[in-house]
Amino acid sequence: MSQTVSAADALSIDTAVVTEILLGFIRDEVGKVGFDRVVLGLSGGIDSALVAALAARALGPERVVPVIMPYRSSSPESEADARTVASQLGLMDPLLVDISPQVDAYFDRFPEADRGRRGNKMARERMSVLYDLSWAHRALVIGTSNKTELLLGYGTIHGDMAHALNPLGDLYKTQVFAMARALGLPRRVVEKPPSADLWEGQSDEQELGFQYAVVDMLLYHMVDERRTRDELRALGFDDEFIDLVGRRLRDNQYKRRLPLIAKLSARTIDRDFRYPRDWGR
Amino acid sequence: MTDSSGSDGGDSPEFVIQMAGRADDNLSPRRGVPADAPQASREMVEAQQGDVVVVLAQIAPRLGDVAANLERHLAIIDDARRGGGHLVVFPELSLTGYFLKDLVPDVALRGDAPELVALAAACTGIDALVGLVLESEDARFHNAAVYLSGGRALHVHRKCYLPTYGLFDEHRYLAAGDRLRAFEAPLSAALPRRPWRAGALICEDMWHPSAPALLARQGVDMFLCPSSSPGRGIVQGAALGTALSYDSMTRTYAQLFTSYLVYCNRVGFEDGVGFWGGSRVVGPQGAPLADPLGSEETLMWHRLDLGTLRRVRISYPLLRDERHDLIDNESDRLRRRRTLD
Repeated sequence: MSQTVSAADALSIDTAVVTEILLGFIRDEVGKVGFDRVVLGLSGGIDSALVAALAARALGPERVVPVIMPYRSSSPESEADARTVASQLGLMDPLLVDISPQVDAYFDRFPEADRGRRGNKMARERMSVLYDLSWAHRALVIGTSNKTELLLGYGTIHGDMAHALNPLGDLYKTQVFAMARALGLPRRVVEKPPSADLWEGQSDEQELGFQYAVVDMLLYHMVDERRTRDELRALGFDDEFIDLVGRRLRDNQYKRRLPLIAKLSARTIDRDFRYPRDWGR
Repeated sequence: MTDSSGSDGGDSPEFVIQMAGRADDNLSPRRGVPADAPQASREMVEAQQGDVVVVLAQIAPRLGDVAANLERHLAIIDDARRGGGHLVVFPELSLTGYFLKDLVPDVALRGDAPELVALAAACTGIDALVGLVLESEDARFHNAAVYLSGGRALHVHRKCYLPTYGLFDEHRYLAAGDRLRAFEAPLSAALPRRPWRAGALICEDMWHPSAPALLARQGVDMFLCPSSSPGRGIVQGAALGTALSYDSMTRTYAQLFTSYLVYCNRVGFEDGVGFWGGSRVVGPQGAPLADPLGSEETLMWHRLDLGTLRRVRISYPLLRDERHDLIDNESDRLRRRRTLD
């Protein structure tokens, strides 16, 4: 079969429709659990900026608690960008929590730790800060993981992947860009190369080894369209790339699931004890 | 098959009263449905005696909380009656919410359940179609729509097609219905010249065109289609994929079966899944009587009349020309062949 589907066609979304759904999602699911505000880490990047913008529209800017959590190696521009986003959206002054002391205190015991290990630890320190502030501010932790990183496992389990609600989890990175443009986020934030900013000069696309625009296309055809390998080849993806992405999908499945429970009784949680999370809400 | 004698209905266009029932700033949209009755409709009903005012109750049921939903239903039925409505149509599983999973047996009602008795009692001077899990004597659970009128349950439709694919899991928890029957909707408050013939299809039933065809063969003036349709499919270029599908189905069925089609979808979210609303009444020419609703909780009033049905069926005598003999012969042949296989 010969098919030519451009990335723009396959991944293009009606941003107005998506915005309406996501605003309803945030309003409904936050309110239902008895909260009226959210707390989130504002990194200066596009994902958290988009979530902040959606939450501000859904709940009102005064009900969004932005937190900036730099480590000493974080780029100063990231903090500046985060502040720009907060002020453009009319949010309160972001809470600044420098996580360097707690991270450094820990790694004093393990000076040999490599940067991957340190990066994961930083992500988990940020998570623990957000959950603490969630208690202090009576605000639900809202997450910023997009579909691309969830599928590729490009995130830290129990770190940035831990949150109560995730409005972006069904949007590919390419679609996050489209949404950010539609919502008028600051140009700088939309245009700078995406980075986890866990160490100096880190860039998502360099670290992953491919471009978001390309991998999103492949993921869309693999996951959403369930195309066969032959069909993917016909779309122009080579075997090596298909294998690499397929492996990442499979190997990171564990991050997207609750811990496995050893089956013993007739009704095991999440296997044959199945209730909606919004039970009675 | 439909008896449309004795109705001229006049030349007045369908009349629509839409409540501007937008949710306010309140975080809980289920509280956004207008509590006050619509204004000025009583007089218009009397002016056009015999027409039927159908109220779509596009609501967001509370998942697994039958008591709260029951209260909500009673309030809406009361509002609709005071506002001059003759029939209120609620969404699929309106008393329970949709993604029930293991809650199904907990929220199920038997035919003699006090909740159902209370709802039936409220349906005097007005009819209602409500959605619930109906438990049979032998512990089967059906996704059902019950038509209430004159203080009792007149008709029950048990969903025949239970979607069990994609995000759906109905067959795991529910039993499928095995009959599709049209029925007479008295709509006595409307003083119609004759009872309206109605047939109910619940959500996935609509995706199988044999279902409306079977109902139409029994004579149907209006399809009543409660739904809990989750919105999905954003990669379409425009609008929501699900909304486009239902738009095309509702128009097509209304037009091909030259009947009214009342589509009432729910709104709100369950476990992150949003229901897109879009409730509407489509007229027998295949055009919605008014713009479909958005995704807010809303009550919407529509006026339906037999005169329009008659006129459309004169112009397009599709029901008259339907070849039931042909269908029967071919069905028989296929059935015989299947027994031989």
